[in-house]
Amino acid sequence: MTSQADAPMPRSNTRRNLLIFAPLAVAGAAGVGFYAMLQGIRDGSFNPRGIPSALIGRPAPQFSLPPLESSGLPALSSADLAVAGGPVVVNFWASWCLPCLVEHPHLMALHQRGVPVFGINYRDGADDAQRFLTRHGNPFNRLGVDANARASIDWGVYGVPETYILDREGIVRWRWAGPITPELMRSDVDPLLAQLGA
Amino acid sequence: MIPEIGHFALIIALTLAVAQSIVPLWGAQRADARLMASAAPLAFAGFLAVAISFFALMYSYAVNDTSVINVIQNSHSAKPMLYKLTGTWGNHEGSMVLWVMVLAGCSAAVAGFGRDLPSGLKSRVLAVLGLISLGFLAFILFTSNPFERVWPPPPDGQGLNPLLQDIGLAIHPPLLYLGYVGYAVTFAFAVAALIEGRVDAAWGRWVRPWSLAAWSFLTLGISIGSWWAYYELGWGGYWFWDPVENASLLPWLIGTALLHSAIVVEKREALKIWTVLLALLAFGLSLLGTFLVRSGVLNSVHAFASDPDRGVFILGLLAVYVGGAFALFAWRAPAMAPQGAFAPISREGGIVLNNLLLCCITAVVFVGTLYPLFLDLLTGQMISVGPPFYNMASFPLALPLVVAMAAGPLLSWKRAEIWPVLQRLWWAACIALGTFIISLAILGWQVLPALGFAAGLWLIAGAATDIADRAGVGRTRLANAWNRAKGLPRAAWGAAIAHAGMGVTILGVAGMGLASERLISLQPGQSTQFAGFEWRLEGVRDNIGPNWTERKATITLLRDGEAVHVMTPSRRFFPTGRMTTTQISIRTNFVRDLYAVLGEERPNAEGVNEAVLRLHYNPLAPWIWIGAGIMALGGGLSLSDRRMRVAAPTRRRREAEEAARAGGSPA
Repeated sequence: MTSQADAPMPRSNTRRNLLIFAPLAVAGAAGVGFYAMLQGIRDGSFNPRGIPSALIGRPAPQFSLPPLESSGLPALSSADLAVAGGPVVVNFWASWCLPCLVEHPHLMALHQRGVPVFGINYRDGADDAQRFLTRHGNPFNRLGVDANARASIDWGVYGVPETYILDREGIVRWRWAGPITPELMRSDVDPLLAQLGA
Repeated sequence: MIPEIGHFALIIALTLAVAQSIVPLWGAQRADARLMASAAPLAFAGFLAVAISFFALMYSYAVNDTSVINVIQNSHSAKPMLYKLTGTWGNHEGSMVLWVMVLAGCSAAVAGFGRDLPSGLKSRVLAVLGLISLGFLAFILFTSNPFERVWPPPPDGQGLNPLLQDIGLAIHPPLLYLGYVGYAVTFAFAVAALIEGRVDAAWGRWVRPWSLAAWSFLTLGISIGSWWAYYELGWGGYWFWDPVENASLLPWLIGTALLHSAIVVEKREALKIWTVLLALLAFGLSLLGTFLVRSGVLNSVHAFASDPDRGVFILGLLAVYVGGAFALFAWRAPAMAPQGAFAPISREGGIVLNNLLLCCITAVVFVGTLYPLFLDLLTGQMISVGPPFYNMASFPLALPLVVAMAAGPLLSWKRAEIWPVLQRLWWAACIALGTFIISLAILGWQVLPALGFAAGLWLIAGAATDIADRAGVGRTRLANAWNRAKGLPRAAWGAAIAHAGMGVTILGVAGMGLASERLISLQPGQSTQFAGFEWRLEGVRDNIGPNWTERKATITLLRDGEAVHVMTPSRRFFPTGRMTTTQISIRTNFVRDLYAVLGEERPNAEGVNEAVLRLHYNPLAPWIWIGAGIMALGGGLSLSDRRMRVAAPTRRRREAEEAARAGGSPA
């Protein structure tokens, strides 16, 4: 800074001369980075809009969650995922989440078709969660309560609702962040479940 | 025919910009008065050409000319005329034309008002502005031509995003562009100063009004964008730290620093290199925002339809303008002699502190916005940086900034004593401390909102102290002080009002920290108790508008069994765009907002239709935008100060105001 005119020490002068290149250096580095991003968008290696899950093709993380006592549903842990004998749907939800209500009928439909749907209740109150299930119906075969979101973080959940499909070996095959829509049921969920032998 | 005229005018503007960026610069280097004299007419002609082009595009929208691809993609005959017109800049191509028109208008304004600018400086400034116009005109013509035709024309357009059919969003972009482009002018002044190797008080006098005007427009633009997000998106919040929002906040933060350091250059001829750097940064960050929004590298709700080819072009422009300017800075800045020593405790010292803190906040927002992108690029890891990061990192910086904001204007130039200033502020400190303690007691240990209330009142009381001190309250009779207050320079009033406006905004933000919401699903006739009212859902019915149909809920708010308000949130369906939007219903009394959103409707277990409602109670929410309006008002008042008129005599001030009005009138 130019505030002290009376002390032009040689060392601080060198430092000042270096500092004066800092904006150019930062801008240059950012520019190279942006150029690489644009090239990546072109050849498909960089996609800022996609939200890939690190879990695809891998088993779900280890977890063990307590049940929602009032619901009477069994609890959920990672050991339950591979023993269902077919693909399972894991759905992260909360009673305070409006989009969860929007996708709720699709989970009910899957449940009625006999697909095991496992719920993980995310950062919710036990009474609120129970009220949601009583009022709108229960689509879950098992339900784990993740009150402090510890397990959800291990899964890499962005927010609720979020849904995963696992094959009979317990390997994560599909992930969707956001509510399930009729289009998504047709384009992704139904074909994948059929392929996995639901 | 009209679109071809527009296209042709754009090409003419490009050639004029080529001339404007070369001839005056060459003339200035050779001290050739005839060559330099070409700058102003070229700037006027360039503005005329871009304006013809812009209004030709607007005409195509007005008559819904479906042979123009841009109109097909973004308009529809059933749209109200107002939104057909504002749709001109509701898309990438049209908004670029508006951007360049505002830039050419600023160029013409510099040419017109700058008759007593040294001709060398004026020529160089206009040449740099011409170079910026040139780049963006080439960008429009080669990658984003809005006048492309299609044959045969389809029967009608494909409609505009219904979210954008809104008056707030219609005036939001032009205001932002006035701000961004205003920084193009300070950038041009900074580059011209680097070429000349000289910054003096006269330079500061010219940069100050431009940075003030740009800052005022940017303040209005950002706050209207935030207001739009609040009442249109229906998420109940006002600022989401979305990358695109951040992109507009970055130049505002640096612009605020520039606004203050330019005063030091003007009055004390100090902080020169620093001010030049801020001027370069303010425009550089404006361009960075343009790049991020239009290139598709950002994942955001309100990015434009993106295209990497356009991104490469804008990146090229960034490399030329920002890279070139920083290189010039590195080369020339050491040659500028530092001047104007001052003590750490002084008005200059206060402004240096302000600058440092603002730059740190800018760095926080910059890193938070770009870090996820670079992390993804380098490691493939996807993260998102959310509000907790920004709040945690910027709050410890904002607090000392606010504390210093009230004290700074009371310090004298060059050397000051801190003790007398604190003595004058003791009553403001008492108010702040009292507010903090009372808020803590009432709110039950919610420290952040309590701090916010204290900080907001501290700023307002500090601004009042500033004016009272200058008027001599306590040292002279009250009537006398009143007359002196009326006679104070408008810049002093403007600064105090802008600081108080910031206080009002902080009060609003603190109030929103106490907001509550409820999500509930109700049958018609059922009610819920929330925020001191009984909210009764009367029913949900169908409505038909010009280009939409809607489901509209009627909610009666009762207090002690008596109906006091009726709220009508709705969900609108736009068949042409196959899109649904929520129309929020807000009841405000300027102390709190009641805010209702209608969600999905579905039958419950007994087969009765239930509507999902989200209800918000937002204390002091309107103050956020009222405060921003007060800040911009302070900026405008300061702009009308006599001292600014000394730099630009009366005739020019009139023109400046006309230009400001003309620029603001697309609303």
